[in-house]
Amino acid sequence: MSNLNKKQVISDRRKFIVLMAQSIGLSALGGLIWTGYVQEAKSSPLILRPPGAKSEPEFLKMCIKCGQCAIACPYDTLRIAKPGDNKPMGTPYFIPRDIPCYMCTDIPCVPVCPTGALDEESVSSIKDGKKVLDINKSRMGLAIVDESSCIAFWGIQCDACYRACPLLEKAIVLEHKRNERTGKHAYLIPRVNSEYCTGCGLCERACVTKKAAIYVLPLEIAKGEVGDYYIKGWDKKDENRLENVGENVTTKTKRSELTPQDYLNDGGLLDD
Amino acid sequence: MSLSRRDFLKTTAAASAAAAVGITVPQEAKAAAAQAEAGWRWDKSVCRFCGTGCGIMVATKNGKIVAVKGDPAAPVNRGLNCIKGYFNAKIMYGADRLKQPLLRVNDKGEFDKKGRFTPVSWKRAFDEMEKHIKKALKASGPEGVGVFASGQYTVMEGYAAQKMMKGGFRSNAIDPNARHCMASAVVGFYQTFGIDEPSGCYDDIELTDTIITWGANMAEMHPILWARVSDRKLSNPDKVKVVNISTYRHRCSDLADIEIIFSPNTDLALWNYVAREIVYNHPDAIDWKFVKEHIVFAASPVNMGYGMRRANEKSIKEGKYTPLEMETISKEMEKIVSEKEAPALAPYGYKAGDKMVNKPAGLKHWEISFEEYKKFLEPYTLDYVAKIAKGDPNESIESFKKKLQELVKLYVEKDRKVVSFWTMGMNQHTRGTWVNTLSYNVHFLLGKQAKPGSGAFSLTGQPSACGTAREVGTFCHRLPADMMVKSGKHRKIVEKVWKVPEGTLNPVGNQHIMKIHRDIEDGVIKFAWVNVCNPYQDSASAKHWIKAAREMDNFIVCSDAYPGISAKVADLILPSAMIYEKWGAYGNAERRTQHWRQQVLPIGEAMSDTWQWVELSKRFTVKDVWGEYTLRNGKKLPNVIAKAKAMGYDENTTMFEILFANDRAKSYKIDLESFPQKGFDNSECIGDSRNVVGSDGKVFKGYGFMIHEYLFEEYASFGRGKAHDLAPFKTYHKVRGLKWPVVDGKETQWRFNTKYDPYAKKANPNSDFAFYGTLAKALAQGDLLGIKDKTKKSLKNKAKIFARPYMDPPEMPDNKYDMWLCTGRVLEHWHSGTMTMRVPELYRAVPEALCFMNPKDAKVKGFKQGELVWVESRRGRVKARVETRGRNRVPQGLIFVPWFDEKVFINKVCLDATCPMSKQTDFKKCAVKLYKA
Repeated sequence: MSNLNKKQVISDRRKFIVLMAQSIGLSALGGLIWTGYVQEAKSSPLILRPPGAKSEPEFLKMCIKCGQCAIACPYDTLRIAKPGDNKPMGTPYFIPRDIPCYMCTDIPCVPVCPTGALDEESVSSIKDGKKVLDINKSRMGLAIVDESSCIAFWGIQCDACYRACPLLEKAIVLEHKRNERTGKHAYLIPRVNSEYCTGCGLCERACVTKKAAIYVLPLEIAKGEVGDYYIKGWDKKDENRLENVGENVTTKTKRSELTPQDYLNDGGLLDD
Repeated sequence: MSLSRRDFLKTTAAASAAAAVGITVPQEAKAAAAQAEAGWRWDKSVCRFCGTGCGIMVATKNGKIVAVKGDPAAPVNRGLNCIKGYFNAKIMYGADRLKQPLLRVNDKGEFDKKGRFTPVSWKRAFDEMEKHIKKALKASGPEGVGVFASGQYTVMEGYAAQKMMKGGFRSNAIDPNARHCMASAVVGFYQTFGIDEPSGCYDDIELTDTIITWGANMAEMHPILWARVSDRKLSNPDKVKVVNISTYRHRCSDLADIEIIFSPNTDLALWNYVAREIVYNHPDAIDWKFVKEHIVFAASPVNMGYGMRRANEKSIKEGKYTPLEMETISKEMEKIVSEKEAPALAPYGYKAGDKMVNKPAGLKHWEISFEEYKKFLEPYTLDYVAKIAKGDPNESIESFKKKLQELVKLYVEKDRKVVSFWTMGMNQHTRGTWVNTLSYNVHFLLGKQAKPGSGAFSLTGQPSACGTAREVGTFCHRLPADMMVKSGKHRKIVEKVWKVPEGTLNPVGNQHIMKIHRDIEDGVIKFAWVNVCNPYQDSASAKHWIKAAREMDNFIVCSDAYPGISAKVADLILPSAMIYEKWGAYGNAERRTQHWRQQVLPIGEAMSDTWQWVELSKRFTVKDVWGEYTLRNGKKLPNVIAKAKAMGYDENTTMFEILFANDRAKSYKIDLESFPQKGFDNSECIGDSRNVVGSDGKVFKGYGFMIHEYLFEEYASFGRGKAHDLAPFKTYHKVRGLKWPVVDGKETQWRFNTKYDPYAKKANPNSDFAFYGTLAKALAQGDLLGIKDKTKKSLKNKAKIFARPYMDPPEMPDNKYDMWLCTGRVLEHWHSGTMTMRVPELYRAVPEALCFMNPKDAKVKGFKQGELVWVESRRGRVKARVETRGRNRVPQGLIFVPWFDEKVFINKVCLDATCPMSKQTDFKKCAVKLYKA
C-alpha cells in the first residue's frame, strides 16, 4: 500500500488539481485538438480503467473528464491522463505496478461518476433483496502470467502474487505439480481464473521479478472467447452459454463459397 | 485439490491469453548474461534466512556478490529457493548499510546518552565499551553485563561471544533471540529425551503418509520444506493426508485434507484428546512393547505461573507498571480457576472458582504410574474438548467434532506413518514446554517416534538456532554440547578446555532474554550488547525495555548491518559484517552443519562479530575480571587470580591471550596456498585491502592464525564422543552439510533408533531404541499431586510421557479487550525486516504489516477494508490497516498482525508472558480492542 508520507500526498494532490484545470481548459478548445486526443487514445489500447467502467468505446463517449473518480480514490490509484501520457487526455486510468486498485469495498470512485461512464450497476449485486456495491464484480482487466519469467515456474517457492490477491484461492489459485528435476519438491504455480480476477493489479504490484511476470491487461485484450456451439459435457453450468445462442447459423469457408449448383455444374473432373 | 479445481486449472484462461497478446522474452538479454559470466567465481554457501538450511551458490565478481543460485547438490533444497533465498545476493547492498561505529555524543564530542549519533573510530568505540563494562562490573558484578545473542550467529561468533562472556566476564547474562523461537522445544527435548535434539530429519517428509501441522505455517515460514510436503502429497494423493491445525486459516490449508481451527491455547486439550482416545478407545493401537521398554510416565506442578514479573521485583514495587498492566501481571501470583479449564484441572484437585496460588516451580517433575496418567486423561472427552477448542464461532460443533475424530483416526491407523510438525504456534506459548511434550506422548503411545517417516518434529525458525544457540550454548544456562552452567562437573570440563582457572565459571545462569530486559529495567544490568538480533523490536511489552534503555543509567551497544529499532535505542552502534563477508557455519533444524567461506570484503569499516568480541577481549586483563564477586543471591564467585598465576598467567595477561590467541589457537595456521583458504578473503586472520583502523588505532593486519578453524574445532571438541560429534572443519568445506552426530564420517538420520544411531546402538545394543540423553534421568515417585517417594529411580535409556493439562493463558479476551491478538511472520520478510525491507522487490511485495481480521468483525466494528485502526492492549497501541481478505483468514474474535514492520510496532501491544519452564515468550496470545484511528 501507499507508504507516501503526508507531504508527498498533498503535493501530488495539488499537481493533480492543476492538471485537472488544464485539461478542462484544453477540452474547451474544441474540435481540432479533440481529434488529437482520440488519436492518442487509439495508440494506447492497453489502458486500465477504474472499476465499473463501460467498454472502452462507450466509456470514452460518456466520460466527461471531471476527475471525480480520481479525487474519491483514497489510495491515489487513479490518475488523470495528461498530454504525453499517450492516453485519452483527461480520462482516469491506473498503473498497477505503481499503485494498484486496493478494491475498496465501498468503491468510492464509482458512485461519484456523474455520467454513468463508471457504471454502478455493473459493480453491484443484490444481497437480501437490497442492491449493494460489490467490488468483486468489477472487471478492470485480467492478470496474465508470463511463464518464462515467473520464477514459480522455475520451482522457486514464491507465489507472492497469490498471497497478494484479495480473492486468493479464487482469482489466483496454486497449481501443485511435481518437480521431477529435484525429485522431492513440488512446483506451486500461480494460475489466474478469469471468472474471478477483477484486474485490480495487486498481484502485479507484488511480483518480485524485475519487470512483473504477472500483469494486468484490459479484458478485451487479455481474454479469449470460446464459441457457443460446443458445451462442456462435464460441466452442467456450461449449458448456460446456450441462453443467448442464435439459431441462424451459417458457416462459410473458401470451400463453401460456391452454391451447390455452381460447384456441381462446373465439370472438369478429368482435367489435368 | 478438488476435482472442480483441477478442472479449472486445465481450462485456465491465463496461458491462452498470454499467447494472444504475443508476449515474448527478450533473448538478447540472455546472451548478454552468458557473456558476462566469464570471470565470476561460484562458491557454496548457505541461505541467510530460516532454519530450513537451504544450500546456495554465490557468484562474486570484482569483490561484489552479483548473483546466487540454489545449490543443486544441496540435499535440502536441490537447487531451489524461496523468495527470500532468491534475494540473498541483494541483502548486503542496501543504501543505508552501517559503515562506521556511531556514538551518541554532545557538542564537545563526549559520550552523552542524549547526544546525537556521530561517527567515531573503532578505537573510540572500544574505549567506550571498556569504560562502561568496567563501570557495570563495579556496580553489579558479572550480572550487570548482558548480551542479546542470536540464533543467527555463526557457530564461531556464538562460541567467541560465549567464551568471553562466561570465561572472561564470568557473566551468564548472554541469551539469544532463539529463546523467543525454540526454547520450549528445547525444554521439551530435554524433559522427554534427556538431550536437546530432534529425533527425526527432513527425509521423514518423503517417507511419511501423514503430515500434521500444529501451529506451523510451513507454506510461508518453511517454503522449501512445504514444497517437499506438497510433492509428497502429489506422489500419492489418496494415501497421503495433510492436516492443518491452527488458530486461523493460513496458506497450509490450501493443500490440507482437514483444517482444524482451534481456540488459542487449546492445542493442549487437543493433544490430550488424541491421547485419551488412544488410551480409552483404541488401546489396541498402543505399542505396548515400546511403551513398556522405553517409556516412563511423569507429572509436574500446574501452579507455576506464566513467566511474568513477580510482585517482589523492583520495577513492580517502584510502580513502573500501570494498574491496567497489573490486571494481567497479578495472575503471576494467583489466579481464579475458570469454568473452561476446571474439568482439566479436576484431577489436580481444583474446581472452577478456586484460587490457584502460583509458585515458581523450575523444571521439577517426577514419575507417576500409567494408571495415574490415565486418570489425568479422563476429562478430555470429545464433548469437553470440542466445546473449549472450537476456534471458529461460525463452525458447527458437529463439524468440529467430526474433524477431531478424523484426526484421531489418522494417528491411530495401524501402519500409517505420521509426522507432526510445529513451529511458533506450540513454542511461543505460556505452556510451550508442556504442549511440546504432549506431542511426543501421542507418538510414543503409538510407537510412531524416531522411526523413518514417523515422529513429532519441531521446525526451527532461525538458520542456526540449533547449530549455534543450542549446540554452542549461547543461552544463559548452557555450555557447549548440552552441558549446563549449574553442573560443577560440566563447568570443570569447560574450564579445562578454555584454560581458565577452576572456579572461574559462574554457576548461576538465570538471565534469559526477558530477564536481561527486566534486569536493565531494574537497574541491575548497566551494560548490554546486541549481537545479530533486534531485541528492541522483537520483545513483547517493548515500551518498557525501550524506556529502560533510553532513560536509565546504562550503556547499550548494538552491532548491526543496518539501522533498526535496536540501533536507534542504543548508545553505540558497531557496523557488522554480513553473512558472506565472513567465514561461518550454521546448523539447521535437522542437525545439519553447513560451512561457507568469506566471499567478499565487508562494506565500509564493518567487521564481523567474532572480530568485535576478540578485540574487546584485548581490553580486559586477569585482574580486571577474575577477582571476587558477590552475586545477587548471596553466592560468591571466588577470586581466581592466584590460580591464574599458578597456570602461568599474570595479573596483566589479557583475555585475548587466554581465550583467543593461545597456543592451541596458533596451531591453526594461515595457509593461503591450500584448500580451503586458497583464493578467499579472511579479514580477521590476515586483514584486508581496506586497511581498517582497528581497536588500537592502528591498521588491523589480522591475527595471524586461522581463528575460524580454531573456534570451530575447539567448540567441536566438546561434543565429539558425546553424541554431538561434528566432522573436521575442512570436511565441511567439501560437503553439502552433515547431520550430526557424525560418527566414522557418517551422518545420523534418526536419533535414538538403534538401527540408525550408533550412540543408541552403543547404549542399548539388544534393543530397538535407546533414549540415551542424560538430563533428568533419575526421578522421584509420586502421583499427579506431587512427590510421594523421594527415592530417585533411574530411567536410563528411557523417554517420558507427561501428564500436563489444558490451562488458560494469563490474558484472554473480555468485555474491555474483546479480541485475541496473534502475531507472526510473512514469507516475504525475515523477522524484523532489517534485511528484507531493504530489498526493493520484497519491500514492494509487502511494504506494510496489515491487521488481518474477519469481515464480520470489521462490519460489526464499522471498519472498512484498508482503513487504519488502533490495536490497543493493556500495554500499548499501534495503528494498522484492516485486511479482511488475503492470505490469512482469521475466525471472528481473533486478529493477526505480523511483526516485521517497525511502523506497525506490534510488540508494544504484546504481553511478555512466557512459558515458566522455557522462558519463551507467548507472542501468539493477548487481548486487544480495536477502534478507528
